[in-house]
Amino acid sequence: MNIIVCIKQVPNTTDVRIDPVTNTLIREGVESVINPFDAYAIEEGVRLKERFGGKVTVITMGPPQAETALREAISLGVDEAVLLSDRKFAGSDTWATSYTLSAAIRKIGAFDLIICGKQASDGDTAQVGPGISAHLDIPQVTYVKKIEDISANAARVERMTEEGYDIVETPLPCLLTVVKEINTPRLPSIKGMMRAKSAKPVKWTACDIEADAGSMGLDGSPTRVIKIFTPAPRKGGEILKGGTEYVSKELVELLKDIVIH
Amino acid sequence: MPASITIFLDKCAGCGLCVGACPFGAIHMAGEKAVIDMAKCTLCGACVEPCDFKAIELKKDAGAVKDLSEYKDVWVFIEQKKGVIQSVSFELLGEGRKLADKLGVKLCAVILGSEMESRIAELAERGADKIYIIDHPALKSYQDDPYTQILVKLAEEFSPEIMLCGATTIGRSLVSRVAVKIKAGLTADCTGLDIDPEKRLLLQTRPAFGGNIMATIITPNHRPQMATVRHKVMKEALTDKSNKAEVIRKSYPEDIMKSRTRLIDVVEEIEATVNLAEADVVVSGGRGLGGPEGFGMIRELAKALNGAVGASRAAVDANWIPYSNQVGQTGKTVCPKLYIACGISGQIQHLIGMQSSQVIVAVNKDPDAPIFKVATYGIIGDIFQVVPALIKEFSRALRRS
Amino acid sequence: MDYLLTEQQVMIRDLAAKIADEKIKPVAAHYDETEEFAWPIMKILADSDLFGVYIPEQYGGLGGGIMDMCLVTEELSRACAGIALGFAGTGLGAIPILLYGSEEQKKRFLPDIAKGKRLAAFCITEAEAGSDAGSIKTSAKKQGNSYILNGTKQWITNAGEAEVYTVIAITDKAKGARGASAFIVEKETKGMDFGKKEKKLGIRASATREVIFTDCEVPAENLISKEGMGFIIALKTFDNSRPGVAAQAVGIAQGALDHALEYARTRVQFGQPISSFQAVQHMLADMGTQIEAARALTYAAARMIDSGAKSAAKESAMAKVFASDTAMKVAVDAVQILGGYGYMREYPVEKYMRDAKITQIYEGTNQIQRNIIAANMIKESIKK
Repeated sequence: MNIIVCIKQVPNTTDVRIDPVTNTLIREGVESVINPFDAYAIEEGVRLKERFGGKVTVITMGPPQAETALREAISLGVDEAVLLSDRKFAGSDTWATSYTLSAAIRKIGAFDLIICGKQASDGDTAQVGPGISAHLDIPQVTYVKKIEDISANAARVERMTEEGYDIVETPLPCLLTVVKEINTPRLPSIKGMMRAKSAKPVKWTACDIEADAGSMGLDGSPTRVIKIFTPAPRKGGEILKGGTEYVSKELVELLKDIVIH
Repeated sequence: MPASITIFLDKCAGCGLCVGACPFGAIHMAGEKAVIDMAKCTLCGACVEPCDFKAIELKKDAGAVKDLSEYKDVWVFIEQKKGVIQSVSFELLGEGRKLADKLGVKLCAVILGSEMESRIAELAERGADKIYIIDHPALKSYQDDPYTQILVKLAEEFSPEIMLCGATTIGRSLVSRVAVKIKAGLTADCTGLDIDPEKRLLLQTRPAFGGNIMATIITPNHRPQMATVRHKVMKEALTDKSNKAEVIRKSYPEDIMKSRTRLIDVVEEIEATVNLAEADVVVSGGRGLGGPEGFGMIRELAKALNGAVGASRAAVDANWIPYSNQVGQTGKTVCPKLYIACGISGQIQHLIGMQSSQVIVAVNKDPDAPIFKVATYGIIGDIFQVVPALIKEFSRALRRS
Repeated sequence: MDYLLTEQQVMIRDLAAKIADEKIKPVAAHYDETEEFAWPIMKILADSDLFGVYIPEQYGGLGGGIMDMCLVTEELSRACAGIALGFAGTGLGAIPILLYGSEEQKKRFLPDIAKGKRLAAFCITEAEAGSDAGSIKTSAKKQGNSYILNGTKQWITNAGEAEVYTVIAITDKAKGARGASAFIVEKETKGMDFGKKEKKLGIRASATREVIFTDCEVPAENLISKEGMGFIIALKTFDNSRPGVAAQAVGIAQGALDHALEYARTRVQFGQPISSFQAVQHMLADMGTQIEAARALTYAAARMIDSGAKSAAKESAMAKVFASDTAMKVAVDAVQILGGYGYMREYPVEKYMRDAKITQIYEGTNQIQRNIIAANMIKESIKK
């Protein structure tokens, strides 16, 4: 089974702080990590490979530093890694990002499965996974929480919904986006870390993937950010003081407009 | 000529506004002038607008200028499950009405399903001027392929100016594919929408970095302007029984209805009796509950308030409650009217999932717990005393009303 | 302090620390309470390759030595010394094979141990043979192409969980100490049974049982080295393993200190954090200093062994004594700093105090260690 996992390097949200004076994101000292949802995608890919053989290729689009995310993926059991890095990709929105990734996947060639995390923790769009499947015109199942059964040409999966889950059958090749519940990602192994150290991720530019200039980067992106601002930080409110019964009554009184219709 | 960004040094006054505006820390001041570090710049354009001196220019390959005037109307994709229209769709009709009025165009509802005729009146009452309805047994439940193909066909035939959809699991899966197919701009999970009347642009505001920053996004040269909108942020359209709508019934050949994926079963989980994402009230428990038993009183309080039960990651990881109840970065994002956090310390990952709730109540024995920094009302105390007291008081108050 | 670790050692230490912090810490109290064996953690350690850090590459390990074993033991013990024993006890069981096993035995047993597929254990102690190991009674009689083992081993770490046991038994009673031999006995061998799990003060996540041999037939090819080598193998094994106990003690001490520091910084009394009081500061300073000294001595002894020193008996005994005494003292002081909270089971510090005690007792009591140290010192002095 040949599996492609798409990942993104994101700033670690636990480190993200707002400068109280300038009211902007402080990016110094913020560690870059693999998007938490993508860790589940990597783990699922590696588990499928361990069961069925084949290989897992991880792919990311980003600045040259994103190579660290690829190496980390290799330490977790991924076989091959591809870095898409080019100034021409800068300014990509989800349309152009999914286009670029799909162009690279075409170049990689035959695959049975593409796995993505459900969304990235910095942008939170959940649009790139479905975008890739649309560009490649393959079926997709999003928010997968379990692969019940999988064979060479079909899979039966559980797709998380607001109320519970759907059981969906899909032919392969297809694209899955996965949620946290699907697995518990392993930690790297020492041998994996040593392999990662010496591994040489493949680096492709716009030219290598024969991408259409009008479909990538800022030029390929229909949307445009016009303003970025920091929402007024939520202020800690009132601490209710007094005995348990007293504060309970007080709270009910304060909330009665919301709770009682 | 690829896209580029330039600072005109003759115009740059060295005010430094752009430095603060850059979310990527790519701009610094060098000798009274702003300099962009191209290794960090993502060409996002966030610095262009804040510059009072018009010293920054973001240039893109113009390509052929498209005539956008043929695109009209505001569309709302109506999400139905088992034939029931989801409340997020009514919220979108409410918001869509305002946008349509500002643009002077029609508000249209688009509904796909099976035996949906009976829903037409409901959509008209909620303010739709026009209803596109595609009724077919194959559309009974959501499936990516036929829904995508039909929405693409409709958009190509009728050229909407704006298309809105709920930022639900269905909505996010569906319109992401549609946007790719018709090369439209799509902005995810918006919490604010407005119109620039002059340019007829949809101003889409959404949180990023887990709500730490907000971004306003436009789609200048592509139509429709598509957005998914977060649940519970907009107000539902009011009902007006007198409102009538034009109904357009479309049918498509069978191959359009075909789905490569097949829905085998729909499973509803017991814990999700009150849908976490839909609930007006969410009562959540965390590590402080000490064990799965602790959720007994959380459920009881939620039940008293007709709310849903949420949980912190710590409680889910300890297997006290299923993952579907997890609120936070790796779980669900909720924004109810009232969020009650019991025994949750308030790690940043949890706050990301609930900090846009209208009112937050925190109960925790640790006065230094970070949750109190975002709580509207805080109670410092033992949850095993406070929560039962709250159950009693709320139940009494609700009985009286 | 910079101990000039190799790149691979840094990797090993950091990964062990990550497992300790992310996987063991959250469950340490659970396993301490239930006294269950932490198999899920063993699986994580196995997948991480850490079981193989001290095993040569040709047998599927990472090619490191005792130093690498110490780094892992220390980091794991920082989170839970009991769970760490699953790893360290396996090391103790594997060392006789590493030191004296035949090529065939190494090929047969080490790869599975390196992969963490099978845990190991070392069996010497008996009810009447503790510090006085010479009085063991378990016998091994040659019978055709086998040895028949009879006797009962007591307080065996990993017993019942491990699959590979190295057992010291008497093959020739007449020869006294020279009549002992070492055998590899595999779990499921007929005639090998386990006693009930012991209830302990500390390291409760570790499995401690009797191992009972009743006409247990062990193939002659499982004899390590040759007949009569049992005590030499045991002594050399302990010389190699003692830095591991020292590392466990350093880990316990460090874990206790970390909690005490965190508490001292955040606990406010008389309007200020208690870390601002000199009485507390001096306690913390002593704890930190003693731990660093214990660590330095432990690493030095481990490196001495890895460098191929002829005998490191004295140095490894010194490391074991000093580190375990330090662990006990630091853990007691950590409880003191936390005061009433330190005494409560709800807080993790009392567990460090309970866990620390065993390091002064097992693999040779600290009194025996001092005998070894003194004996070696005197011997060296005569030679001069």
